[in-house]
Amino acid sequence: MDITYDMLLGLVPPLADAPHWLLILIAAALTGVICFTFAGIGPIVYVYGERKIAGFMQDRLGPMRVGKWGLLQTIADAVKLMFKEAIFPKNVDRKLFLLAPFMVNIGAFLPFVVLPWGGRLQPADLNIGVFYIAAIASISTIGLIMAGWASNNKYALFGGMRAAAQIISYEIPALMLLLVPVMIVGSLSLQDIVTYQAGGLQNWLLFRYFPLMPIAFVAFFVAGLAECNRTPFDIPEAESELVAGFHTEYSGFFFAMFMMAEYTEMFVISAVSSVLFLGGYLAPHPALQTLGPVPLGWFWLIVKAWSLLFVMMWLRWTLPRLRVDQLMYVAWKVLVPIAFTLVIVVGGLILWPATANGFPWDRWVGWPLTLGVMSFLIMVMIRALRWNRQRAGELAA
Amino acid sequence: MSSTGFAPPPGDTWDYDALDTDEMILQMGPQHPATHGVLRVELRTDGEVVRAARPHIGYLHRCFEKHAENVDYPGVMPYADRMDYVASMGNTLGFALAVEKLAGIETSPYVNTIRVIVAELQRIASHCVAIGTYAMDIGAFTPFLHLLRDREKILDLFEWTCGARLLYNYNWVGGMSHDLPDGFARATRDLLREFDAVTYPELVDLIITNKIFIKRLADVGVCSTELAISYDLTGPNLRGSGLARDLRKDAPYCGYENYDFEIPVGDGRFGPLGSCLDRTWVRVVEMQESSKIIHQALNRLEKMEKTDVHETVPRRVKPPKGEVYCRSEAPRGQLGYYVVSDGGVNPYRVKVKSPCFTALSVFHHMAKGMMIADVVALIGSFDIVLGEIDR
Repeated sequence: MDITYDMLLGLVPPLADAPHWLLILIAAALTGVICFTFAGIGPIVYVYGERKIAGFMQDRLGPMRVGKWGLLQTIADAVKLMFKEAIFPKNVDRKLFLLAPFMVNIGAFLPFVVLPWGGRLQPADLNIGVFYIAAIASISTIGLIMAGWASNNKYALFGGMRAAAQIISYEIPALMLLLVPVMIVGSLSLQDIVTYQAGGLQNWLLFRYFPLMPIAFVAFFVAGLAECNRTPFDIPEAESELVAGFHTEYSGFFFAMFMMAEYTEMFVISAVSSVLFLGGYLAPHPALQTLGPVPLGWFWLIVKAWSLLFVMMWLRWTLPRLRVDQLMYVAWKVLVPIAFTLVIVVGGLILWPATANGFPWDRWVGWPLTLGVMSFLIMVMIRALRWNRQRAGELAA
Repeated sequence: MSSTGFAPPPGDTWDYDALDTDEMILQMGPQHPATHGVLRVELRTDGEVVRAARPHIGYLHRCFEKHAENVDYPGVMPYADRMDYVASMGNTLGFALAVEKLAGIETSPYVNTIRVIVAELQRIASHCVAIGTYAMDIGAFTPFLHLLRDREKILDLFEWTCGARLLYNYNWVGGMSHDLPDGFARATRDLLREFDAVTYPELVDLIITNKIFIKRLADVGVCSTELAISYDLTGPNLRGSGLARDLRKDAPYCGYENYDFEIPVGDGRFGPLGSCLDRTWVRVVEMQESSKIIHQALNRLEKMEKTDVHETVPRRVKPPKGEVYCRSEAPRGQLGYYVVSDGGVNPYRVKVKSPCFTALSVFHHMAKGMMIADVVALIGSFDIVLGEIDR
């Protein structure tokens, strides 16, 4: 926000005479508009990406008709949803029914306040950033329950109740795992957490305490998947059981708002995981941090977050869905013990001087292994794509 | 024992019934993504647990049996096609066999081999749909599209053969509507080569050996052998319960006795015998066995002397007075036709014994005490087609 503040003063010098609170207000509003534009346009990109990825995975093309390669398809869909009639079924609790999509969106959007996109490129550097994210993200749960209850529909009720149970259960391991990087860094501010990881790939928190932090990362990512209701944890909107879960009765723009919230939440989870474990806006090598005079922090954060988004979509189109009790089993009997153990073990290691900053082998083990696994996965994908194309050619011949 | 299902500890005076929650009636269907057509299931739920389930059928009733009394014997065929619309070849084959038995028509070995080939191709196509939609019920979307893609190739073959992709009217009383086109054997072999080498292993990798899939299904919907027999389950549902009964072996028709194939049986490898996973597993292996049969039939067909497929088709089907019950192994189980003739052009009465109907009859018994997600898995594991249940 201080950047917008400075820019305001630089671009419009007379504003320096205006009262301070007005300046702050304008700067905050400008930042909010920028973030909201990103959060609003983002889902259009993600939905297109998701449909294309699904298409490639399912041996079909995905959207192809609107625009080149179907690039405008989701824009057309968004416009269609905006002009569709929003239907309010009989006996819905109108106030709650209308309020619910907004609540969900607020919970999804507000974490943007503390997301760092660069050294100064951050709406607000709260010193309790991690805590703030954990607190504000829970608001969307209330929205989901409101939607389920107000719809006056049994499937929606089931969906809302499932969402409440699931998100509250998964918040516990997620919060415990948030603690692990916070303990290592010693600060709740996201900016501090990122700067602690400066100095290249091998300093990222993911590669500290070699087998421990990768486990923490995967466990946090799984808990995050469950918090934004993605497959294999999409039981609140399980379409084969509950039709559409909590948003069964929504149509038109309000339905679009639920979709928007879901994708924004996915982005937030991915961005927070990359800030906490993958160095946030830091480049893999310090030389790549800027391109001449242009800072590339935002680019690296987007690259990291979108790769994690891709993993989420990949999982969605591969895995079946868990049952409710199995979902609870994963939360309480797998993730919570893992999280507890990690908090205690990593906490103990930090206290011991020899391992205060990580194991001695951290510099040489973690990141080469991860890079190896990643290049293997990319190779497999490229091979699959090539094989697909070859087979398509054979079939056409 | 309280109504919550837990025995109170000794010395406990708490009124557990006061804790009991209200039951909610949930109408699942007739328009519901997981009821495989227009089935309505009335669920009495206590939270996520289903206390009782009652299926309501009849939304797709089209008076097949009454229609059959008002048209002549070849005219019944298109109606029979529309019963189990996912596996039409099996339906018409059953009816053709019944009328041939009644009229005493003996079809040539050439026609019999063609019938075996199309019936087994249809079995693969039908199981593709069954397993694909089942995977979708469990929440995995991708296998469904992969399997429909492969079914499409079989439908292409059928289209090439008789011009239709879904409702073929290909089996006639005493023969087939068309001969197989030139090059059919080669095209089918190409298809099977891809099926054996790519589709089948991919199917096993993607769904059947997926850990979540196994965890979801291995101990759900357990149908013991006794229960399966007492409710007259047939086909893959019965074999999933561990009983090797297959009409192609037990009462062969169309020369099935000359083919070498196995009857896959559920073995309860990941949980109790007769679970949803076993029934699905049987279907998967059956696809491979069908492929084996088609290979043999194609070899036989190429060496065989070609005869006219209309050779034994009577000008006018007018069976003598009498009645006949003829059963055959359709993809979903034993499909029986009871045909009564009064010596006229139209059948006097046609009654169908539908495998899906008996499968659904055990549903209420097994759904008790399940979770809602498992009810969906149970319906899918029976692989019911409402068109055949309601007729």
